[in-house]
Amino acid sequence: MNQVMEIPTQAVPHNAARPAAPAVATLTNITKRYANGVVALDGLSLELRRGEIVALLGPNGAGKSTAVRLMMGLSAPTSGDVRIFGADPQLTSTRLRTGVMLQVGRAPEMLKVREHIAMFRSYYPAPASVASLVKAAGLEGLEDRLFGQLSGGQKQRVLFALSLAGNPDLVFLDEPTVGLDIEARRAMWSQIRSLRDAGKTVLLTTHYLEEADALADRIIVISKGRVVCEGTPAEIKSAGAAGSVGAGVAVKIIRCITTLSSEHLLRMPGVNSITIEDGRTIVISSMPESTLREMLALDQSLHSLEVQSPALEDAFLALTR
Amino acid sequence: MSTATLPLAPAESTFTRTLRIFLSETRYELVRSLRTRTFSLSAIGFPVMFYLLFGIMMNRHETIGGTGMARYMLASYATFGVVGSALFGIGVGLAGDLSAGWMELKRASPMPPAAYLAAKCVTAICFGAIILTLLTTIGVTLGHVHISLAEYLHILGLVAAGAIPFACMGLAIALIVPFNSAPGVTNLLYLPMSFLGGLWVPLIALPKAVQHIAPLLPTYHLAQLMLGIFGAADPKRTTASHWFGLLGFTLLMFGVAWIAFRRREQNA
Repeated sequence: MNQVMEIPTQAVPHNAARPAAPAVATLTNITKRYANGVVALDGLSLELRRGEIVALLGPNGAGKSTAVRLMMGLSAPTSGDVRIFGADPQLTSTRLRTGVMLQVGRAPEMLKVREHIAMFRSYYPAPASVASLVKAAGLEGLEDRLFGQLSGGQKQRVLFALSLAGNPDLVFLDEPTVGLDIEARRAMWSQIRSLRDAGKTVLLTTHYLEEADALADRIIVISKGRVVCEGTPAEIKSAGAAGSVGAGVAVKIIRCITTLSSEHLLRMPGVNSITIEDGRTIVISSMPESTLREMLALDQSLHSLEVQSPALEDAFLALTR
Repeated sequence: MSTATLPLAPAESTFTRTLRIFLSETRYELVRSLRTRTFSLSAIGFPVMFYLLFGIMMNRHETIGGTGMARYMLASYATFGVVGSALFGIGVGLAGDLSAGWMELKRASPMPPAAYLAAKCVTAICFGAIILTLLTTIGVTLGHVHISLAEYLHILGLVAAGAIPFACMGLAIALIVPFNSAPGVTNLLYLPMSFLGGLWVPLIALPKAVQHIAPLLPTYHLAQLMLGIFGAADPKRTTASHWFGLLGFTLLMFGVAWIAFRRREQNA
């Protein structure tokens, strides 16, 4: 397990596909210890770059929300450095460039959607237009409804609109699509992508791994207050499946019924693990083509073959175990 | 148009920015409070109802030290009204915003916290002004109260000043008491404080023991300042002593609120 925790940074290359854009947010060696002695973050470092969607994943209690709260300037680290646009996140000048969507239990219910938007727009010298906010959050026709009369999904969309009120360069979205139906979720995804395409940075926390997979350019997995892995969704999946071997290579899961023994298979290059379930052999290989060629050559009776890419969920469970 | 007017918007100063946000916060806080019937009806309804009962219908022919009961009670129920608006508007209102995560969202935004607090305070003052105006209208039309414009404006000024100590108390309550118990705790402090301060029944009509406790309460001092305008204040105490009483209470509550705030921040 310790080995798994150490894979991260050097094993999975930083967004290798594209040149590194300038950093808009950096957490450097952050420790956060609460007054009750709980250590929420333990030497956490991460970086958000311009024009990317980053998903922050981790089990409950991993320190996700603590990390996000630090970046929003809602709390201060015990030690380490938090920089947003190179400055203190608590400064008004920093907050003018960030937008925040939090899980809110109860917003003022007796204000209309239009009034909530107007109130948040008033905080910024150059806010986004009302029309663009209504459109981005899909609130057409709901402007004159009281917030208290909206459904859960509609409330969520209002909060999304509020996060964009200041036309921010960096947006924090905490569980943005909770309570949304499939259609509204896809609509919000496409809005989040267009934010990225406009050169803005989006940090997303989510419980839906499918959402992180579909949306994120980069995933940062944290567990027990530290970054355990970061990379593109594909890299994360490989790293999770490959255990201590994975190095950003295309790991595949091979399932088949074969007469080859586990010991034999394990000696093949690239093979990382063998499990046998209900008479089926499950091979995890970082060199799937050569493994398959060799297996097919050695066992003429091999059948019921399936080759899969590892799912993000499997990787997530493996990495945060 | 001169060439000096470039399309660049001049950088807004912190003060004008805060003022602009304060005005918009106040507007929406007022709208929200008025639309919340459970709040607006009780905050305005109780002082008005009590005044009608105790100042107009009962005891109407009695006088206290030469001041008619309807006139005397106008001052004490105006006090009762503004104290309630401030305690419930700020105490319970802020506790609600804090509990639901709404305050977190506001704090993460560039909204100046001072604008938020000032908006809540001004909203309480507006409620106090509405209550005073209703009481005055009732007193003049039904209770034959004579009140000059100068007296009315003077009391209005005291409503505004008097909201501040109780706004600080509301702030302290909101920061210490969890949201679910905030309305109960507020009532538990508000109602005895009003009764013992002589806001419901003139102090003279209350037992001696209560008359000794009253000067310890901020409600008493605010009521005495208001009664002073009608020449009906307790002659044994000076106006300055009432101002000191209110100032001391304000500082105490602000200190308590500050400590509670620091403690919350450390746990954040």
